[in-house]
Amino acid sequence: MIINHPLLGPRDAQEFTYLGDANLINRPDWQAEDAVDQFHEYLYQRDNPAGKHRELWYHEAGDRSWLVVTRDTLTHEITGVELARDVALKSGRGK
Amino acid sequence: MSYSGWRVIKEALSGHKGWKPAWRDPVPASDYDFVIIGGGGHGLATAYYLAREYRAKRIAVIEKGWIGGGNVGRNTTIIRSNYLLDGNEPFYEFSLKLWEGLEQDFNYNAMVSQRGILNLIHSDAQRDAFTRRGNAMILNGADAEMLSVEQIRQRYPFLNFNNARFPIKGGLAQHRGGTVRHDAVAWGYARGADRLGVDIIQNCEVTGFRIKGGICSGVETTRGFIGAKKVGCAVAGSSGRLMAQAGMRLPIESHVLQAFVTEGLKPVLPGVVTFGAGHFYVSQSDKGGLVFGGDLDGYNSYAQRGNLPTVEDVCEGGMALMPAIGRARLLRMWGGIMDMSMDGSPIIDKTHIDGLYFNGGWCYGGFKATPASGWCFAHLLATDKPHEVATAYRFDRFKRGYMIDEKGQGAQPNLH
Repeated sequence: MIINHPLLGPRDAQEFTYLGDANLINRPDWQAEDAVDQFHEYLYQRDNPAGKHRELWYHEAGDRSWLVVTRDTLTHEITGVELARDVALKSGRGK
Repeated sequence: MSYSGWRVIKEALSGHKGWKPAWRDPVPASDYDFVIIGGGGHGLATAYYLAREYRAKRIAVIEKGWIGGGNVGRNTTIIRSNYLLDGNEPFYEFSLKLWEGLEQDFNYNAMVSQRGILNLIHSDAQRDAFTRRGNAMILNGADAEMLSVEQIRQRYPFLNFNNARFPIKGGLAQHRGGTVRHDAVAWGYARGADRLGVDIIQNCEVTGFRIKGGICSGVETTRGFIGAKKVGCAVAGSSGRLMAQAGMRLPIESHVLQAFVTEGLKPVLPGVVTFGAGHFYVSQSDKGGLVFGGDLDGYNSYAQRGNLPTVEDVCEGGMALMPAIGRARLLRMWGGIMDMSMDGSPIIDKTHIDGLYFNGGWCYGGFKATPASGWCFAHLLATDKPHEVATAYRFDRFKRGYMIDEKGQGAQPNLH
């Protein structure tokens, strides 16, 4: 698989390590009333779709950026690559 | 019709005209007491033990393709019970004992071969860990023996003993482990279940569950609605897809694991050997091919095929352990989809929906578990209580903090 890095261009997937579903960016609020339930969902439960999947890849053997890759789990086709930082900021993190 | 040596001779003398299909091809009834989704090893075993051990009637197994066409036909056929933790070892030892009597039990030649499995040791820390594991196995009634380098050299002289980085320092052997003819397991259970009156319905895909007021009353399929008092799902590899139809999220990711077979060779490898430094394991099939595998590709996939970097990685592991393997040509390779759970251990449990039961999360240990998985799932379906060797395999163990994490990797499914 070739991951088209937004800053570095096409890179072999071997340079990356895989973490999982991009929802892992959205860490729950630890002070919420139901924080235990929320963290259980966050840490252990997965949508695990057959089809389009947004997922976190880490460019370990490269610039060490975290990427959000949109990939089809049925065909391995990659249709989108974003910097995880941009995704996080867009969703309101860092405010 | 029972199979036996006499039967083979009789048929040979009469032109083989008396053989009948090993199972029927029934039209689905409108409702059953038990519907098992998934005609793989686990689903067929569940139906078989439900009928035989729990005297259940009106059972159907529903399979979207043909039976045995999924992971039971795509694995590397190894059986063993060399686990460490209390939640696992009694279960896998129960499974291994069932394997030992399986062929007589269901009257089918599954070619169970207890040729032994050897986990190699390359460091002092690994020796300590494997000694502990061996003791845990013995405490649970399994067999385990620590072998010296000399003992290993006698049996496997062609291994790379003097690898500068990862010399072989010993090994943990389980002599009762071995290999089984994987397809025959599915066929044997199918035939056994069919003879006990189970309907095996192929080419029948489940398209939804009928759930009202928190109660599941049957399944919608491509061959119409089939009612059921209890529905058991045993579709490891596709669990995420199936259970999404019941609105469930699971502590599971689907990953692809590749396996490989070389061209047929004369007998060279008497047992199963696993490399302790990289992830690589190898055995020789009865046809002569070296069957081997290694790590997952590492990313979510339902594609049943992997990518070349993992092929290279696995073959490098093979070359490091057993340099002679480089002279064999790779004949086939394929990928299977694993239910990778959050702690590397399976789930056999009720769901929050009445009448809906789940069996999955087998990671890449599903094949060896087939008999015990079927038995324990049948027990759960028949009695609504977990079998005594499967009490730890619950959905809520993650929330309660009772993970069964053999490798200690945490909630990172691609590392288990």
